[in-house]
Amino acid sequence: MNLLLFTVLTLCGLGILAAVILYFVANKFKVYEDPRIDEVEQMLPLANCGGCGFAGCRNFAESLVNNENIDDLFCPVGGGGMMKDIAGFLGKAAAEKEPQIAVVRCNGSCANRPKTNVYDGVDSCAVMASLYGGETGCTFGCLMKGDCAVSCDFDALYLDPETGLPVVDQEKCVACGACVKACPKNIIELRKRGPKERRVYVSCVNHDKGAVARKACKVACIACGKCAKICPFEAITVENNLAYIDFNKCKLCRKCVPECPTGAIWAVNFPTPKPKPESAPEEKTTEKEVKNETVVS
Amino acid sequence: MLKTFRLGGIHPSDNKLSRTNAIEECGLPETVAIPLSQHIGAPAVACVKKGDKVLTGQIIATAAGFVSSNIHSSVSGTVVSVDNLPDEGGVRRPTVTIKVEGDEWMENIDRTDKIIKECNLGRKEILEKITAGGIVGMGGATFPTHVKLSIPPDKKADCLIINGVECEPYLTSDHRVMLERSEEFLVGVRILMKAIDVQKAYIGIEFNKRDAIDHLSDLTENTHDIDIVPLKVRYPQGGEKQLIDAIIKRQVSSGALPISVGAVVQNVSTTLAVYEAVQKNKPLIERVVTVTGKNVPVPANLMTRIGTPVSFIIDRCGGVAEDTGKIVNGGPMMGRAVANLDAGVTKGTSGILIFSEKESVRPVASICIKCAKCVSVCPMGLEPYLLYKLSVRNMLAETEENKVFDCIECGCCSYTCPAALPLLDRIRLSKAEVMRIIRERNLAKKV
Repeated sequence: MNLLLFTVLTLCGLGILAAVILYFVANKFKVYEDPRIDEVEQMLPLANCGGCGFAGCRNFAESLVNNENIDDLFCPVGGGGMMKDIAGFLGKAAAEKEPQIAVVRCNGSCANRPKTNVYDGVDSCAVMASLYGGETGCTFGCLMKGDCAVSCDFDALYLDPETGLPVVDQEKCVACGACVKACPKNIIELRKRGPKERRVYVSCVNHDKGAVARKACKVACIACGKCAKICPFEAITVENNLAYIDFNKCKLCRKCVPECPTGAIWAVNFPTPKPKPESAPEEKTTEKEVKNETVVS
Repeated sequence: MLKTFRLGGIHPSDNKLSRTNAIEECGLPETVAIPLSQHIGAPAVACVKKGDKVLTGQIIATAAGFVSSNIHSSVSGTVVSVDNLPDEGGVRRPTVTIKVEGDEWMENIDRTDKIIKECNLGRKEILEKITAGGIVGMGGATFPTHVKLSIPPDKKADCLIINGVECEPYLTSDHRVMLERSEEFLVGVRILMKAIDVQKAYIGIEFNKRDAIDHLSDLTENTHDIDIVPLKVRYPQGGEKQLIDAIIKRQVSSGALPISVGAVVQNVSTTLAVYEAVQKNKPLIERVVTVTGKNVPVPANLMTRIGTPVSFIIDRCGGVAEDTGKIVNGGPMMGRAVANLDAGVTKGTSGILIFSEKESVRPVASICIKCAKCVSVCPMGLEPYLLYKLSVRNMLAETEENKVFDCIECGCCSYTCPAALPLLDRIRLSKAEVMRIIRERNLAKKV
């Protein structure tokens, strides 16, 4: 009996002693963590994609809570609405950013851009780009090995088996920018989604002179400058043999689209106008828009 | 026993098909395309324009900075264009295109066959002539020779090593130079010795070139300043660090240059070019190119003007066979496939290899079984399988920790891998990325 009592008492005593030591130690070495970090983290998409530039959502939540000014912090996955909610919760002002989407600026499919040689190395754009100029006469365009599709965490990019070019699923793309980083040729750009997903952009990144670019690819920008001339908003600049449309200045008037002699300017998600058989250029526009609709959607 | 380097290495079948073919003139093409970036460092700046008449040996582009090199016209004629033209890989680079009209040389170039053995110039004058002649390392790395010979004041060289190893299979250009231009070559060696102020030179030659070893040994029998060192046949013995290890048993530490162990290494063709630049005022405008392959009707060693289109050289040797699969610029181990046959040969083109379709098929890669064959053949003591894995996962910090920048891109790992993994392709990629990061870090430190 004595033995039993002794054991129970000793164990209880040891337990109480340990509890007291732990209590003081825990108080002494207490790490204060803002409880808001957990709450902000729960408000984030928890995709851990790295699109914000931080190591993960937790890391991003910490800097949202700890920084006074959160103007340059933005989560492209959650978007403006979520950022506003978080800013409201923290009592700070959120940066406003228009929703963006990844845009593939190359239309050099096998039909448009004939192959001049065959590559049989590693199936990776990065390796291919480090070795030589590519399988076609255009050394700027898409290499068609799909590093972008591999890099996408949201399953929003796939290679079209017919053209070999990457296609962005506009429903799934969150503009995290992983594909932009993965592309060794800098073809993919983050552009404004635009009202009703309507966008106008130059689908070419070829910096060669017009004749050379045209010879390599049927739908290359030849830097003729016609689009820049007709643009009423000065949104188009032709630099280093390539036209570029500034999406902040572009008002989506689409005057440049029929003007482009090679069809390098794309207008996507515009409604198909009723066919007007009178004028030739109008007809051309219609055709292209129909084509684009099918490719993108 | 024959000397060789300590670590790793392989012995592919050497296939030196053109070893007995004497050096021939390649002839003049209709036009030459001379790239302005034929060396490591800043591209040269063109100093001619469209329509200019140029003579053979006339300077057409001047070096942009210290680590850069002059470029001279290899033919006489009219400049057709100074423009960005596709190089061998199809990438556009600044190139001067010249239409060939006759073959009129600059007057100050001595074109006689007379071998001038005496060189009374001082160190500085020799260096000036080498710089002016646009001489670069012709073994393939194309590092400007004057930079290599300008030894920093706190270092001292005690020997010169001439790289006559030519460890790449198929290539025979250096071999033929050692046999046919031996006297001039030895004068070149002595000029280089004077330029770096050393009393001893070693010429390392692999044992599969016994005729060259015997011939040069006969010529240097009564002298003590030049030693001919026969070496065991083993790839990549032509790598600078491997050659130093093989000949003088000194090891260059990671990231250091050969001069840190007191050695300067120069290639055989470079040495001949140095002789011509210093004694004959002839800039680097031509080199010996081996055109070979089991499909080539007449394998040859051709004295080719820089800028001669690859297609012209191939036609000269009987044209492309029906079942040609790949044309490689350089040796089979380190060379790169040519995508554009109109591009001109450069100062670093030691050979043009033509492989049949059957020879050029790349085996299908399977998975790594950790057999560690790649580790045992790596001449730099790296772990290629590990670097490959890290590279696939883009773990750059770890690849740097595992010394990816020490990789000499010899390709032994890919050659030996039983799973046919593209080890070198991946390692090369992360090496380039890590080197870029290191450069940026060093720049940031300076600021």
